[in-house]
Amino acid sequence: MWTFSCPLIVYGDNALEYLVQIQGKKAFIVTDKNILKLGLTKLVTDQLDAVNIQWEIFDEIEPEPSLNTINKGKIAVGKYQPDWVIGIGGGSCMDAAKALICLLARPDLEPDAVSVIETFNFREKARLMAIPTTSGTGSEATWAVVLTDTSDNRKLGLGTTEDMPDVAILDPLMVVGMPPQITADTGMDVVCQAIEGYVSTWGTSITEGPGLIAAQRAFEYLPKAYKNGDDLDARKEMQNAATLSGMCFGNSMAGLGHSCGHALGAVYHVPHGRAVGLFLPYTMEYLINSSEETTAKYAKIARFCGIASGADKECAHALVAKVRALAKEIGQPLSVKDCGIAKAQYNESMPGLIERALNEVMTITVTRVPGEEDLGKIFRHAYEGKSIDF
Amino acid sequence: MARFGTQEWYDVYMEEINKSNAYEEAAKTWEGDFYFIVEKGGPVKEQIFGYVDLWHGKCRKAEIVTDRKQYNPEFIISAPYHIWKRICLKQLDSTQALITKQSRLMTGSRGTMAKIMRYTKAANELTNITARIDTEWLD
Repeated sequence: MWTFSCPLIVYGDNALEYLVQIQGKKAFIVTDKNILKLGLTKLVTDQLDAVNIQWEIFDEIEPEPSLNTINKGKIAVGKYQPDWVIGIGGGSCMDAAKALICLLARPDLEPDAVSVIETFNFREKARLMAIPTTSGTGSEATWAVVLTDTSDNRKLGLGTTEDMPDVAILDPLMVVGMPPQITADTGMDVVCQAIEGYVSTWGTSITEGPGLIAAQRAFEYLPKAYKNGDDLDARKEMQNAATLSGMCFGNSMAGLGHSCGHALGAVYHVPHGRAVGLFLPYTMEYLINSSEETTAKYAKIARFCGIASGADKECAHALVAKVRALAKEIGQPLSVKDCGIAKAQYNESMPGLIERALNEVMTITVTRVPGEEDLGKIFRHAYEGKSIDF
Repeated sequence: MARFGTQEWYDVYMEEINKSNAYEEAAKTWEGDFYFIVEKGGPVKEQIFGYVDLWHGKCRKAEIVTDRKQYNPEFIISAPYHIWKRICLKQLDSTQALITKQSRLMTGSRGTMAKIMRYTKAANELTNITARIDTEWLD
């Protein structure tokens, strides 16, 4: 038994107007100070005002939200007792909203208990909405919650299947002003999620479709959105691609690029999409070197996206080259060294990086599960920008 | 061949864990114990409690207990027989079983989800080991 779940997806021009159709009295908005400053929350609250839905804003979400921040939000949401919790922002805000709605229903729990082992039944109290302001994490279409335990710089992969948002609103107005750097960082996350979700050992024909389309659209439209943020078609396609990539990997799991990227991000605070995108080609090479099954799947992506034709291995390597070319085109780092991390410091942190990557669930959903030695080699090759030859 | 859910099976399981370099590497800092509970139903007439104590990459104890109160382990994993069989044969991923609530993970008095999440690879190796045991199934 396995499941595929996704929210009601409201998308396209004027999608925010869907808000006047919702039933409810009080909305608790989870966001960050920058989103508030940019006026993006106002686009939402104007709609809520129009139908007399009260709202309160909790704007303390930081990138990679900490357990402490979620505890603060838990107090605020508990006092407000909303019937909607709305995450507005990137993955951090949407993940925080997912955690907070669980804690609204179960205030007896700590944030790190928001997991599959608990039952929340939060829909007896409130419903969950996600409104992304980036085109990247796909969090609006997954039940995953990533929080940070700042006591040991570790990202915690939490969440429960209940955490799938009821509604995801993709309005191009929310992303049109996104700066090029964030467009690039979050866009690489889409590529990584689509490819890793497609080849995951938990993937099925149900999850492959969204992954393929997400990859195809991201390869075509990410450079356009990066170079011209006012290109609304590119923005819309990247919004759709991000959600589709969430539908893919959120139902099938990501892979080694995410495991290594999470570890790097936790220790060096490299933005999530940049970090996972950086490791993607290296981990793809690692899998190509010993797995015909995964190589064949990479080849299918390459053929579908019109990147290459021919033998599986040739196509798979062409896909790796395409990922690197895309990253270069949009100003992304191609090596850890490019991120400005000193080699001595990196080597010193290596045991921690390896241990973190080793114990991500995403490390065991690939056809070649690395041990400590291979992970160490992957991290060292990625530092220098050397292709994986083992 | 060891019959599933017997002391003989747990003796083999302990031996296999202690022979596994992959498990030892992945669990070198793990300290914690489990009950693996096979729920009553089908060929299982009474609940089966398997107690496993894992310490720094090795198994210190693996035994069938008849009195649940004998130990107070950090973690308890419970599932029906047919789900355990599929997990042990690697026909069902143990994490997917948890996500879909085909099995249940409960934390005892000292265990936390945050702790167990940090040992995903070790958990995977424990399942790999069960697949290597020549098992006589109950059905």
